[in-house]
Amino acid sequence: MSRAYDVVVIGAGSVGVPAALSLARQGLRVLVIDRCHSPGQENNKKAIGGVRATHSDYGKIQVSLRSIEIFSGWEAEHGDDIGWLSNGYSFPAYSEDDATKLRDLLKVQKGYGLDIDWLSPHEYEALVPGIDTTGLLGATYSPGDGSSMPLPAINAFYFKSLAHGATYRWGESVTGIETEGGRVRAVRTDKASYACGWVVNCAGNDAAAVSALAGLSVPVVPDCHEGAVTEPVQRFFGPMVVDLRPAPDSANYYFYQNKEGHVVFCITPDPPILGADSDATSVFLPQVARRMVALYPRLAHLKIRRTWRGQYPMTPDGFPIVGCAPELAGWVHNVGMCGQGFMLGPGLGELVTRIITATPNNDDDRILAGFHPKRRFKGMEVFK
Amino acid sequence: MSDNRIRSHPVLPVPQREAVTIYWNKEPVQALRDEVISSALIAAGIHVFGHHHNDGSAQGIYCANGQCAKCTVIANGVPVKACMTKVQAGMMVQSVEGLPALPEATTAPNLSDIQEVEVDVLVIGGGPAGLSAAVELGRLGVRTLIIDDKSELGGKLVLQTHKFFGSVEDSYAGARGNEIGRMLARQALDSECVETWTDATALYVFKDRKVGVLHDGRYRLVTPKIVLNAAGAREKFLRFAGNTLSGIYGAGAFQTLVNRDLVRPTRRLFIVGGGNVGLIAGYHALQAGIEVAGLVEAMPQCGGYRVHADKLRRLGVPIHTSHTVLCANGEESVESVTIARIDENFASIAGTEQTFICDTLLIAVGLNPVDEFTREAEKAGLPVVAAGDADEIAEASSAMFMGRIAGLRIARDLVAGAPDIPASLSAKADILKAHPGCIDEQEFSTLREGVYPVLHCLQEIPCNPCSTVCPTNAIHMKGDPILGNPYYEGSCVGCGKCVAICPGLAITLVDYRKDRAHPTVTVPYELSNHPVQPGSVVTVVDISGHMLDSLEVAAVVTMKENMTQLVRFKAPANIAAHIVNFIVQPQSVSRPLPQPTLPTQTPDDAMVCLCERVTVGEVRALIRKGVRDINQLKAITRIGMGPCGAKTCDSLVRQVFREEGIPPERIVENTSRPVFVEVPFGVFAAGERGSHE
Repeated sequence: MSRAYDVVVIGAGSVGVPAALSLARQGLRVLVIDRCHSPGQENNKKAIGGVRATHSDYGKIQVSLRSIEIFSGWEAEHGDDIGWLSNGYSFPAYSEDDATKLRDLLKVQKGYGLDIDWLSPHEYEALVPGIDTTGLLGATYSPGDGSSMPLPAINAFYFKSLAHGATYRWGESVTGIETEGGRVRAVRTDKASYACGWVVNCAGNDAAAVSALAGLSVPVVPDCHEGAVTEPVQRFFGPMVVDLRPAPDSANYYFYQNKEGHVVFCITPDPPILGADSDATSVFLPQVARRMVALYPRLAHLKIRRTWRGQYPMTPDGFPIVGCAPELAGWVHNVGMCGQGFMLGPGLGELVTRIITATPNNDDDRILAGFHPKRRFKGMEVFK
Repeated sequence: MSDNRIRSHPVLPVPQREAVTIYWNKEPVQALRDEVISSALIAAGIHVFGHHHNDGSAQGIYCANGQCAKCTVIANGVPVKACMTKVQAGMMVQSVEGLPALPEATTAPNLSDIQEVEVDVLVIGGGPAGLSAAVELGRLGVRTLIIDDKSELGGKLVLQTHKFFGSVEDSYAGARGNEIGRMLARQALDSECVETWTDATALYVFKDRKVGVLHDGRYRLVTPKIVLNAAGAREKFLRFAGNTLSGIYGAGAFQTLVNRDLVRPTRRLFIVGGGNVGLIAGYHALQAGIEVAGLVEAMPQCGGYRVHADKLRRLGVPIHTSHTVLCANGEESVESVTIARIDENFASIAGTEQTFICDTLLIAVGLNPVDEFTREAEKAGLPVVAAGDADEIAEASSAMFMGRIAGLRIARDLVAGAPDIPASLSAKADILKAHPGCIDEQEFSTLREGVYPVLHCLQEIPCNPCSTVCPTNAIHMKGDPILGNPYYEGSCVGCGKCVAICPGLAITLVDYRKDRAHPTVTVPYELSNHPVQPGSVVTVVDISGHMLDSLEVAAVVTMKENMTQLVRFKAPANIAAHIVNFIVQPQSVSRPLPQPTLPTQTPDDAMVCLCERVTVGEVRALIRKGVRDINQLKAITRIGMGPCGAKTCDSLVRQVFREEGIPPERIVENTSRPVFVEVPFGVFAAGERGSHE
């Protein structure tokens, strides 16, 4: 039986669409299958758009640096405004403990050559005018990080992938994976069956269920976060602000002002709310408002436009699961992004393409070591 | 500085209110205490409140209802909706040019818990349906909370200065809408079980079955057992070249400005749409001393009541049926409108264009139910009932009945032994919902003696106060006692009660008793702002406004109790029965320009999304590219992602899909998200007001 497609990508979201684009660019015949009806209809549109390279791990740092190149260069190269803004990330410290952890991490990050520094409270206030400086000990600031708007970005990637010949099947659910001799042979959906040489699982929340269809197991569990966007106003502060301090009902939250002037933010409920239910409860707005207005009183006047609930497809250690499945030839995991699919997606798309086309870069093995599907999943990434 | 305040009104009292000074872009403006900023500015002749950050287009009043953000201004440094924010003495108000700047915080943040409230029934909307439901619920001892986003209960009723149709015993026919609204509010509040929050906007029905409510600036969470959605309707918008100019808005906004705030937002307007809403708005304009250059209706006949259309025509407002609006013309605000005749496919016919000078275009092309609360409550698993326009677009009189039925239905779920719902209620509601029926030929009596009424009421509509009020029971209805057309048979005593009560101003009295050759004709008149007195010479007209003669007014009798005047003429006997009213608006107002102004833009340049400035053409191009998911349209163009939350563009987008031959079942629905109305973040941080507010 001849292969209709070289690669079937399952999931047309933040991870699947850039992967399809990268694969199609290499001349591969690519089919993308999604049960929704257009790109990014699950968690891409819930992402707030932060893109940073200042992680703690070599692999994520390298992948994100490549993503930043893709995001930041997109408009110049292709003409679409995807809302890229080099506004940087910042982590203010209000306790000695946080300050110590941040400074320790800073050394590691600088060791990887990242553009990140420690700011005094005074310097930080100049970047975020009006932020509460009571007890502020300083902040890390990484001006090379930034943000892009997920909705225009994924549509730009999507139309570009179409131009390179990628095909999409909308409104189809994957129901089975056909294998032959320890190798993937076809992807079955509720409507048809597609013969292929490779499958890339980019199914986000459904990563575990889709892997299970192939007899594979990945420890990915959707974990709810809630977000919102405000009316647009003139730019009044610079970087993404990540408040690490836990509160009785929530862990960290973070916010920034996007290129169009909207403030976008997201909070992590504590205890975690597991599952993929995206309907909003009444808890979120008062919970996040109290914390954000206390930290940054200027926000009190800003009007809330929309709120939503989305998921981090979490892995036990906070790192993604990317790479070939040792048990099944032709199957590539590209899942478990832990809320960072939007920022990792473009870089990972190229990495996955290099795997499939067997054209690895020198450091791909080092990158993939931390993302290995069979790793021990011990510990948790710092400031995830 | 111009004065656009209504100082006297034929129907509405004009209260004396304390003047306060505010500043518009640093210039002093006289405002009235407790009025909203937008009305203070409009009263001072300021219509452009800023310019859009995308394309620099002029922004101003649009919904006058807190639902959009086109009227945003900066008040004391903070961007606010001018239509919802009351003036304060000394307030510094600035136009928004591009994106507003966020002020610096000057005080410590106000943080406190959000108050939660439990009730049996939450009624969203204190209009005719919600109040009528609350009356029934209160009577049966059900703990009911009515919330309404206005300062006064009554819904759109309180904006209605015309006499209502229906029947006297069931729906107060003959009384004016504002009187009915206040009467219902008093009845609802009579019960100890019924609590009311005014200035209270429902923001969302959350999954945990709590309803977020912004009450007088404070956020509350209400947990009801059942929700009654009686939130009414919102107006549809229309696509045409120039639809983005300042000075184009709905009839509801117009009624709010004129009849609630007593300001005159326009000197001369043009109306699009001949349903009851458009026709009534035209009448309200004349009552407020505003010129009406004309009304355009696409169908061969107005969809509203014939008596409403006739009333306008008689006063001198032309109604252009089988016409459409081609374009609005002007630099940044409306300066004129061009209309054209349309063929049977609704395409405009070249060469038939006419342009009329006007400064405002009222869009009255139909209503959509405000159904989001119903949808979200259902999604959350919270029992919900809808009534009134939120359920089905119909007249206010039927909304009262449907509200009562809804109240009784809800009570049956909550109260043991609640009464059955009388079948007569829904039968009555069906009658009051009836669309206008066929039109009879008018037959005139040849009798030239005695005194009798002439009924210029030819179309079946649910209305019968004339028969109720006649002291000798001489006015009867053909067929149905409410829907049927009235006829006279009996012995008229000439009291004129039928003339004074008829909501259509469609009954006159002809009296031959003194002079058979020149009988006295009595006609109703409600425009004391265009005063007539004995000796005034006016042009009298027939039922649909055709001129009959110039006659001198013989007498004017003022009926204080219903603010109607009876105007008498001595008329030649051959035309006496045909006289229905007289022209008040000079013909020059509605005369087209010698040369029409033709559109400079194509229909695809019209805006679909006013908030994010998305054109018909952009949407069409994406549909042709294969986009079927409204969420993807949003993602690419930002359509529907602005402050109004797709309330305006939703129905327009579907029209473009239809034009492109995409059946509704192939369209993927837009995902709706909290909150339905934009609210300052600080409101969610504090259940109680802080010292700085």
